[in-house]
Amino acid sequence: MTVIQEATTHPKDTLLRVDRFPHIWCPTCGIGTAVSCFIDAIRATGIDEKQFAVVSGIGCTGRVAGYIRLDSFHTTHGRAIPFAVGLHLAKPDMKVIVFSGDGDISCIGGNHLIHTARRNMDITVICVNNFIYGMTGGQLAPTTPQTARTTTSPYGNFEYPMSLPHVVSACGATYVSRWTVLHIKRLTRAMKDAILHRGFSFVEVIAPCSTLCARKNRLGTGTNMLSYYHDHCEINHEANLADVGLDYQGKIVCGNFLTIEKPTFRDLLEENREEV
Amino acid sequence: MEEKAAVLTGKHFWSGDIAVAEGGIAAGCRFFAGYPITPATEVAERMSERLPALENGVFIQMEDEIASMNALLGASWGGMKAMTSTSGPGFSLMMENLGLGIMLETPCVIANVQRGGPSTGLPTLVGQQDMMQARWGSHGDYEIIALCPNSPQECFDLTIQAFNFSEMYRVPVLLMTDEVVGHMYEKVIVPLEEDIELVTRPRPKPGANGYLPYAIDEESYIPPMGLAGEGFRLHVTGLTHDERGYPAVNAETQGIMVPRLVEKIKRNAPKIYMYEEDRMDDAEVVVLSFGCASRIAKWATFQLRERGRKVGFFRLITAWPFPEPRVRQIAEQVKGIVVVETNLGQMVREVERVVAGRCQVKLAPNAGGRVHETEEVTSLVEEILR
Ligand SMILES: Cc1ncc(C[n+]2csc(CCOP(=O)(O)OP(=O)(O)O)c2C)c(N)n1
Repeated sequence: MTVIQEATTHPKDTLLRVDRFPHIWCPTCGIGTAVSCFIDAIRATGIDEKQFAVVSGIGCTGRVAGYIRLDSFHTTHGRAIPFAVGLHLAKPDMKVIVFSGDGDISCIGGNHLIHTARRNMDITVICVNNFIYGMTGGQLAPTTPQTARTTTSPYGNFEYPMSLPHVVSACGATYVSRWTVLHIKRLTRAMKDAILHRGFSFVEVIAPCSTLCARKNRLGTGTNMLSYYHDHCEINHEANLADVGLDYQGKIVCGNFLTIEKPTFRDLLEENREEV
Repeated sequence: MEEKAAVLTGKHFWSGDIAVAEGGIAAGCRFFAGYPITPATEVAERMSERLPALENGVFIQMEDEIASMNALLGASWGGMKAMTSTSGPGFSLMMENLGLGIMLETPCVIANVQRGGPSTGLPTLVGQQDMMQARWGSHGDYEIIALCPNSPQECFDLTIQAFNFSEMYRVPVLLMTDEVVGHMYEKVIVPLEEDIELVTRPRPKPGANGYLPYAIDEESYIPPMGLAGEGFRLHVTGLTHDERGYPAVNAETQGIMVPRLVEKIKRNAPKIYMYEEDRMDDAEVVVLSFGCASRIAKWATFQLRERGRKVGFFRLITAWPFPEPRVRQIAEQVKGIVVVETNLGQMVREVERVVAGRCQVKLAPNAGGRVHETEEVTSLVEEILR
């Protein structure tokens, strides 16, 4: 007879700070899936775990740094990228990954995002986009689609939302992809490619926030959100990035949009040093 | 570029700003992230010339001062000695993340070449109006170290000292210079490399098992710093954290951690205090000053001595922590203290607090944009002596 035993560990535990569990994320939140894919991606690179550093800003996604068992830095709201830039320049052999929310990266930290992309700084930015400010209780984000309701757009958002892949590619990012947390395999693969990519790589992860975003807009549960992704995602690696903006309940264009080879900031710095 | 050596031993004719950059390099700084602002720009310009010629040297002009400050913190956790320079408006932008540096106990140096404010104020003209911002500008309770050079030579020497303090106590250290000192050219003597004493941060023993990044060492209160990439699996957070570095957002941990951050500076304050004194023995009045204002203040005491007045000169080199014990002693010995500073009264509050009525305290105010006239100082001294 088979005896079913309760497992006390999980294969991913070695890369998680399980001693900090339970984590703070709500049931059906998409961040956990993104973290799970991230761990698989790190393993798939085959790089020594010592060589990784995760830097976060503030927000629900910002808490990722605290749950990953790698060198991890939980910094201030919007400022993970410049911290990561300093760390990367001091330790060019390390893989420095910024893991943060959409508001964190694109709003308060928007200036750092565009200029770090422009410099083709060799870091990876993983942005979990849940279209809302999670941690502070569901306020308007630069990514909130028009008409969506948030606690600070009670009559519906009338601002134009920001399309992150379009912005970063226009600024000079050399790897850009977008997947939802339903695309586990593809998302993992994209994270791995982004980490291995030499230059500024950006992965947007579309994730449900059912507690705030879905509830405010009467979009159902986490499961409803996932089936929405299933029905409305369109994979198009060749998509024109000017056309991948996301609107309220419209289609979500996913794909590995961009991979280009271009000298990084560090490459140019070293080249310049030779001349000096 | 004239030289590819890190320490330019010899005699130079440098501005204060250049001397700050050279002091940083001599202290082992190889990472500079900054954003241009008058009158601090020459520090960045010098760094942009010098660092690329040095092994592993990195200069980066960031998108703003907020980014610069955070880049320093990242570089420091990567093991580099890192610095930036700025002036009033940029200093304000750094405040949130100065606090992060304090919370993460990250060594780094910020040089603030002060100009007149508020706001854009006097970009090209002097002020010493950020002294309280240096002490209290970031949110939360903390203690900080701030040094005030009054000559290019001191800009060089004190930048090295700032790095040493910062490494020793794991705290961002502020170099509070000003436009006059930053732009003044004087002789600067750079010693032999082997004569420059350098301190590096306390480090965990290699392979240390069960390393606790924020362990409380009852003796020093300064935990050894493991760096990124060394296999410690550090977690470093701006949230209130326990000895493991894990967030512990509660009154109990706050009650242990914040007092430790404060205590590590307070306990060591006697080793941090630096000041210059002149003719204090028989002084009935003391002129207390720092930075550019101290040059006029000292001249005023010379003039008063020539007139036979018993006046002493006291210069703060360490502004924070404020050399409380010495100022209290002085207050017991004299009739009055005249504080000379290029603002409408900042450090004078600290003097008054410490003096606590033991003697008179008078301020020679100056809204900025100029240095004091000697008479502004002498007249106040005469008033006390009258
Ligand atoms: C300077 C500053 N302003 C505001 C806040 C408050 N704050 C904390 S999290 C957050 C929004 C985070 O939103 P997002 O990046 O979308 O992350 P999520 O929580 O949705 O993962 C804000 C505004 C802060 N911590 N610091």
